[in-house]
Amino acid sequence: MTAYATEAAHQPAEDTVSAWTVACPSTRLRPDDGVAVLLPGGRQAALFRTRTGELYAVDNIDPFTGAAVLSRGIVGDRAGEPTIASPLLKNVFSLRTGRSLDDPDVTLDTWPVHDDGTTVRIDTRTPTEGAT
Amino acid sequence: MEELVVIGNGMVGHRLVEALRDRDAAGHWHITVVGEEPRTAYDRVALSSYFDGATADDLSLGDLSGPAVDVHVNERAAAIDRATRTVTTDSGRTLPYDRLVLATGSSPFVPPVPGHDLPGCHVYRTIEDLDAITAAARAGARTGVVIGGGLLGLEAANALRLLGMDAHVVELAPHLMPAQIDEGAGSLLAGLVSDLGVHVHTGTASTAVEAGPDGRAARLLLADGSHLDTDLVVFSVGIRPRDELARAAGLAVGERGGITIDDTCTTSDAHVHAIGEAACHRGTVYGLIAPGNAMAEVLADRLVGGQATFTGADTSTKLKLLGVDVASFGDAHGRTADCLDVVVNDAATGRYAKLVLSDDATTLLGGILVGDATAYATLRPLVGSPLPGDPLALITPQGETLGADALPDSAQICSCNAVTKGTITQAICDGNHDVPALKACTRAGTSCGSCVPMLKNLLDKAGIVQSKALCEHFAHSRAELLEIVRATGITTFSALIEAHGTGAGCDICKPAVASILASLGNGHILEGEQATLQDTNDRHLANMQRNGTYSVVPRIPGGEITPDKLIVIGEVARDFGLYTKITGGQRIDLFGARLEQLPAIWTRLVEAGFESGHAYGKSLRTVKSCVGTTWCRYGVQDSVGLAIRLEERYRGLRSPHKLKSAVSGCARECAEARGKDFGIIATDHGWNLYVGGNGGFTPRHADLLASDLDEPTLIRYIDRFLMFYIRTADRLQRTAAWIEAMDGGLEHLREVVVEDSLGIAADLEAAMDRHVDSYADEWAAVLADPDKLARFQSFANAPDTPDPTIAFTTTRDQPVPAAPVGLGIPTLRTRENAR
Ligand code: SRM
Ligand SMILES: Cc1cc2nc3c(=O)[nH]c(=O)nc-3n(C[C@H](O)[C@H](O)[C@H](O)COP(=O)(O)OP(=O)(O)OC[C@H]3O[C@@H](n4cnc5c(N)ncnc54)[C@H](O)[C@@H]3O)c2cc1C
Ligand code: SF4
Ligand code: FES
Repeated sequence: MTAYATEAAHQPAEDTVSAWTVACPSTRLRPDDGVAVLLPGGRQAALFRTRTGELYAVDNIDPFTGAAVLSRGIVGDRAGEPTIASPLLKNVFSLRTGRSLDDPDVTLDTWPVHDDGTTVRIDTRTPTEGAT
Repeated sequence: MEELVVIGNGMVGHRLVEALRDRDAAGHWHITVVGEEPRTAYDRVALSSYFDGATADDLSLGDLSGPAVDVHVNERAAAIDRATRTVTTDSGRTLPYDRLVLATGSSPFVPPVPGHDLPGCHVYRTIEDLDAITAAARAGARTGVVIGGGLLGLEAANALRLLGMDAHVVELAPHLMPAQIDEGAGSLLAGLVSDLGVHVHTGTASTAVEAGPDGRAARLLLADGSHLDTDLVVFSVGIRPRDELARAAGLAVGERGGITIDDTCTTSDAHVHAIGEAACHRGTVYGLIAPGNAMAEVLADRLVGGQATFTGADTSTKLKLLGVDVASFGDAHGRTADCLDVVVNDAATGRYAKLVLSDDATTLLGGILVGDATAYATLRPLVGSPLPGDPLALITPQGETLGADALPDSAQICSCNAVTKGTITQAICDGNHDVPALKACTRAGTSCGSCVPMLKNLLDKAGIVQSKALCEHFAHSRAELLEIVRATGITTFSALIEAHGTGAGCDICKPAVASILASLGNGHILEGEQATLQDTNDRHLANMQRNGTYSVVPRIPGGEITPDKLIVIGEVARDFGLYTKITGGQRIDLFGARLEQLPAIWTRLVEAGFESGHAYGKSLRTVKSCVGTTWCRYGVQDSVGLAIRLEERYRGLRSPHKLKSAVSGCARECAEARGKDFGIIATDHGWNLYVGGNGGFTPRHADLLASDLDEPTLIRYIDRFLMFYIRTADRLQRTAAWIEAMDGGLEHLREVVVEDSLGIAADLEAAMDRHVDSYADEWAAVLADPDKLARFQSFANAPDTPDPTIAFTTTRDQPVPAAPVGLGIPTLRTRENAR
């Protein structure tokens, strides 16, 4: 996905400070819930907190339908692996790796997330490219 | 492309076309079917169920017309010209063929006794024959005689009984079903059939039918000089293959009729084939469906270049008479040299069983079961195999019951469709883990159904517990979880999974638990943690569309709406740029709302007096109505008023699946109430209540639960019905499937709802009263709560920025989704194209 690489590259790789995008106040993101976050350059992340407190950000666009809806899916687990089920056609993805559990060839980009107790931020320097 | 013409659209002709269409992936054949009956093929084997409530539609095998298949019904092939390879039909059409298939079946044989053609004399083969018999019954026929005591004759006699007639069977042979069973079994069967109220006369020849003063059949004369007075005669003494076209075209036919075919189903002309009851193979004309289907499969294989052969077939049968079990299989008459019989004949319990064994008593050759044919499913496939145990033990009631273990892989489990145990176990290994899946992939069990118990048994043996577990997180069924929640008073998913489940949950158990919590009245569905459990549409109280936008469906109870309210809907749609459409549920749907627009849209609607229509929920959708006595000249009750009262009573009720209803003001049924989970039809005296209907994937008409009810009783019954459904159904099980799966079915449901057989009616009614008392509009509650409103934002960090991937174009003057532009990623990313 070269289109992604060029968009993400508008942030200098060494600029570690400005690459953290403010997503929302910590209280806004409740356990097992998700929100959509607009990223610099126009991409969108689906940001989740699981019931055990882990934070994950994956691409908000459901690759099976092209709609930006993953933040509105159901958080859960499959045999212990934290997952998100797309609200449209119920395709399930691993939150850790972004990998589709329905089609091993499909993977979502993921970004690191940090919660300092007040604010949740997403590190948007470069996504971990799902598909490679 | 080559041209295949099939004459006859009966069961076997249908099977051929289906099999060929499935195999001819290359599109080598174009198929033209001509059938003389006024409809496409139907299940003749199940014909008698027509008297038991099945309709012509239920019996239909489906229309195979498509790009490569033309089906012409109501058209008879009149002649075959083998020289020019054409068929002409009675409508004057000429059909050229490269290959011709005769699947013309057979016709009932009517013996030439005097009076056989009087009005009042019938045969039993087509839906039209059955309609004629029904018409005679309606016109007042009280007594009916069936001539012929074979399989079909007994079915016909039972049909007469079901039509309320006094039924007689006259059989020439010394006992019933002479073709299938022996004397001992026959006399026991005669007793059982008599117990059903059918009079049996065996060893009796019929000599003439005499007319009464009105010129209709009135009396049957018998060879012994006696007679039977009757209003109607049905001939069922055998069948004659319909080989008349073949004879006229000079094709070879068998000594006793039937178009001669070889093991490839080819006639004496290499371009002409014959299959089914019209064909004569090695001197035999088979009058059963299984051999016909086998021929159809062989011929389909040959037509695409295969090497399949037909070398004869199983003639096992099971009688489908209500309440009488009769089965015969393999060499039932013991015609194999030196064979041995093992017989249990117990007149006291009404059972007869005979096994025919090889001379060394090791191999099963055939058998007969009367009175209790449960062993049929296991014994029939064992024919030709070594016996797994003591033969006597297999047929005595206390004896061992045979499991699927005992069968070799080559054993035929489904004889109608020639499916072996090996094929079924392979299908199970391939992941077909329930009976419907096995039926779909192997066809086993799709005809007479007698092998279905064996399919279940094979699933059990394969270790497939028909698991009730909801998903990997809960080992309980939905009904069990509901009881747990009721008993423990647990009110959150977290507490429930902590105490009774494992892991974090998923998109299956979370919505199921959310629905249980909501059914039991646990407040607003977007309250706190509950919001994260809700399925796609419940999550934002609107239906998500393909592009991530939503539809908005305000409730319009009974479909009745004032002009002012209509204008508000129009204004809202115009102001927010929404696509509008009248739904199939008598209300209006507004499409294309962005997530962040929903609160503003609903503010306007709530102000105008609208409420949520729950189009998103597994809950009551609409109660449709017809205008009834309000306007209609035929109406006998106020259907609109009742529909509105019902919709207002049950609105917001969460259930295992969606609920639909309708009320019609008279039997003309303009509201289509019988297509609903609960439907009400007005009568002169009150209301008839129907339950368990639906459209959708498997359409089904609702069944009558109770008649002529006054409104308070009607509402009490509906309360009980709905609450009982909510408490005991599985997740996503519509009422139709719920009733079908219920032990005792509709009868049991009637006992619970009408007679309160479980003593729970008061409890169910109280639960419904609590629902009615606690109902509040979900959308009004969201608008009043900032916490819930926060869910309706496009982005947490940019609440006012619309999702840039959503775009619209215009079609027929309205906005519709456009493919995502710019940033949208319409194509599926795979490892391949990512590199
Ligand atoms: C809008 C409408 C079609 C229309 O343009 O007319 C419609 C649209 C949808 N139907 Fe329907 N159905 C609509 C009437 C029907 C009807 C006719 C009726 O109600 O009389 C049926 C057959 C009757 C029945 O349900 O028994 C019907 C059988 C289904 C089914 C199959 C159910 C089944 O048991 O097999 C589904 C799928 C499901 O519910 O699981 C479905 C599901 C859907 C959903 C909700 C799919 C979804 O989850 O996105 C569609 C989206 C609605 C939306 O976005 O607002 N819809 N759907 C109709 C809305 C009626 C209303 O006012 O609420
Ligand atoms: C009441 C009843 C119960 C039965 N129960 C059982 C059972 O339990 N088990 C079992 O195995 N079998 C049973 N059978 C037998 C089974 O139905 C037949 O074996 C099967 O239908 C044969 O299929 P077919 O296609 O050969 O003939 P059919 O189904 O009779 O089809 C032949 C079709 O060809 C049409 N046709 C004939 N000539 C022409 C022409 N010149 N032009 C156009 N069309 C023409 C006919 O109108 C007919 O529609 C039962 C039959 C009946 C009547
Ligand atoms: S169902 Fe009867 S009362 Fe209702 S509109 Fe139709 S004809 Fe009139
Ligand atoms: S044996 Fe008749 S359907 Fe299987």
